[in-house]
Parts: sequence; C-alpha cells; structure tokens
Amino acid sequence: MSIIEFKNVSKHFGELKVLDEVDLNIDKGEVVVLIGPSGSGKSTLLRCINGLEMITGGDLLVDEISVLAGYAKLREIRQEAGMVFQQFNLFPQLTALDNVAFGPKHVRGQSTREARTQALALLDKVGLKDRADHFPSELSGGQQQRVAIARALAVKPKVMLFDEPTSALDPELKQEVLNVMRNLAEEGMTMVVVTHEMSFARHVGSRLIFMENGKIAVDGHPQEILSGDSNPRLKDFLRHVH
Amino acid sequence: MNTDWSVIATFMPQLLNGAKMTLFITLVGLSGGMVVGAIAGLMRTYGNWLLNYTAMVYIEVIRGTPIVVQVMFLYFALPVLASIRIDPLTAAMIAIIVNAGAYIAEIVRGSLQSISRGLAEAGLALGLPRWKVLVHIVGPLAFRRLIPPLGNQFIISLKDTSLFIVIGVSELTRTGQEIMAANFRAVEIWSAIAVMYLIMTGSLTLMLRFIERRMKIL
Repeated sequence: MSIIEFKNVSKHFGELKVLDEVDLNIDKGEVVVLIGPSGSGKSTLLRCINGLEMITGGDLLVDEISVLAGYAKLREIRQEAGMVFQQFNLFPQLTALDNVAFGPKHVRGQSTREARTQALALLDKVGLKDRADHFPSELSGGQQQRVAIARALAVKPKVMLFDEPTSALDPELKQEVLNVMRNLAEEGMTMVVVTHEMSFARHVGSRLIFMENGKIAVDGHPQEILSGDSNPRLKDFLRHVH
Repeated sequence: MNTDWSVIATFMPQLLNGAKMTLFITLVGLSGGMVVGAIAGLMRTYGNWLLNYTAMVYIEVIRGTPIVVQVMFLYFALPVLASIRIDPLTAAMIAIIVNAGAYIAEIVRGSLQSISRGLAEAGLALGLPRWKVLVHIVGPLAFRRLIPPLGNQFIISLKDTSLFIVIGVSELTRTGQEIMAANFRAVEIWSAIAVMYLIMTGSLTLMLRFIERRMKIL
C-alpha cells in the first residue's frame, strides 16, 4: 500500500517546468533518498507532498488524500507528513521544549501540560533533554536541527520529509543529525530525504532516486545504483559530490 | 532684551489645558490609527488583489497629501460635498486616525514581511491554519519589530496636532498663539510651549523604550 502516490505530477513556476509528469509510489517504511543537481526539482518534489508548493498538473495522494482536495484536507496531509527544513526554522521566541510542544498544542488541541510532557520525551529521544529550556539562539546548528526533528515528530506524522537537513551544518555537526535520522529509519518511519550525504544514502536509504530536469532519471536500491555503472550522468554527478 | 518669565506661570493653566487637548487628540488619533493601520497593513500583506489594491490606494492618497490639506478637506470641503458637518475637534481626531493609519499600515506590512518565510512555512507544515500561523508565530515576532518605527510615528503624530491651528482646535500651539496675540510675549510663551512638547514626546520615547526593553527583539 503506497502512502505517497505521484500520478503524472507536473509543477510549473510560470513558464519554468520544475516537475515534468512525475510518477512515483512510496510505500510505508521506505527510506527514499532524493539526489540530483541543483534545480533538478528534488526540493520541489518534496514540498509538493505537503502542499507548500501546489502541483499544477496530475494528482498527488498522501495516505489516500489528494493535495488538491481543499485546504482542510491539505491540513490533514500536513499533520501526516512532518517536515524538517535546511534552515531549521525553529520559532525563536519559544524554548526548545515549547517549540516541540507547539504542534500538539495548536494542531492536535492538547493541553500545555500534556504537550510539554510529550515534548520532553521527544527531546530525550533526540538527546537534548538537558537543553529543554534553551532558546534556539542558545543552541548549536546541530542541536537546533534535532529540536526541529522532534518538533515535526510531535504531531505524530506517518511520513517525515527532510529538505537538505544537514546542508547548513558544519561537518562535525552533521553526524549528530544523521544519527537521529538513522534511528528514526530503524524504527520503521517512512522517510523522504533530499540530501547530498552519500554515505547516508548508501547505508540508511532503502531506495535512491536521482532526479534530473524535473524527471526521475534513476530509481532503485542505493547499493546497486552506487556501485554499478548505471547512468553516465549519475556517475558524473556523484564525482562532483564526493 | 526685556523678558518676563513670570508670564509663563500666569498663563500656565491655559497652556496646560492646551497640552491636555493635544494629548487627547493624539491618544484618540493614535488608538484609531493603530486599528486602521493594522487592518490596512494586513490587507496589503495578506489580502487578495481587491483588498490589497484598496489599501494601497488609501495609503498612497494619504501619504501623498499634506495633513493640513486633509484636515481642511474634512472640515471645510466635506460639508459642501456631502453636507456632513463636524466640529474642529472631531475633524482633528479623524485626521490623525486617517493619517497615522496610512503610515502605520506600511509599518505593519514591513514588520510582517521582515519575518522569515521559513518560519511561516514551519507552522504551515505542522498543519496549522494560516490565521494561527499569523497569531502565534508571525504576529508576535513582527510585533517586536513594530515598536521602534511605531515610536517614530507616535512622535510625528503628536507634533502634527499643532497643524490643527488652521481649523481653530484649542490645542497647545493654538493656545500659545492666542496668549501671544494678547501680550506679545513671544520668547517666553514659545519657549514654554517648546518645552511642553519636549516633555510630551520625551515621555512617549521613555514609555516605548521601556516596552522595548521588556521584550527581546528577535
């Protein structure tokens, strides 16, 4: 049973065609890693899943709800699909704890106490229980991103979308975020990850998609794709990433 | 030069009444101006094309004409145009509301647009409706950035009330001129009036600085 279904999806920004009739099914429990040169449409593909970008052609179903089914339905989709951003986007006026409690409180209607108890458990899970009362400005980039992951998890999504989660981080901070993501994958979370971290793709990903010019150029098992000599342009791209 | 500073004491009750009137017009005008400005600013930022365009025309017309012309229009042209007759004080208050509203609208729009798009997206991605993103995320952050430019507008509007001398509202400047006309004590009276304006604008500044200090600007 597919949890995400792209049916002939196109996305235009004015004249520019960013996604070109994409067909893609993602099943529960898959860890899909999206790679490709900049401008290939991978971030847009991700942002179409939770309707931060609206598709301009075809249809896209998340847990059998269409992103075109209206605003109320779109909000349901967004509660099913948590998102982690390249720039973290933590709410600067709230502590780490209140950032994580924010979603349950304002979306699920939980009481502040209930939401905070759950938030503390999630912060513990990402290894930041002792930073609960810190404001985002008092945390390192890696810590901020881990809080952002906890914030997305707090709404109890069925899918997690990661948009270049480690691209804004120093090399020594990337690993702590990737470890949290690896744990999440091992727990069976369905994940769609846009990244340039090829070792993550190789060792954690269950599926690798290489995008080019708004189309899916290569789609398959990471180990096979990365070791074989499949697509010459993919090989060229990988040379530049390393 | 022959000065007699005691005339200030003699006319202090009248001057204080003028200052009270100035404060009253400013207070009513700015309260209304903030409501109008918030609405017009939200229309400019989040409205569909019709709301956006309506607010834009209002802002450009008001910013593009002098406040003296606006209050003259309210007081002298409106009775002719629409048989609406209003007293000078009402005209003065409406003029500040409408005038400050236009400037505050742009301050509100600027503050809202200065908040990173990513923060609103983070709220939307959690499944929040747009109004909750505005109320709980963008609004509180924008409010902090509102205060410095808002303070500017408060001081400008307070001083603008002196222009209502043209329609004969007995605010501070008008009061001073009436006293002057009777005793020609220009140095004493205008010095006293300048100091009184300074005290009022100074208090406003201190008040805003206090609010600002209590709130971290993020």
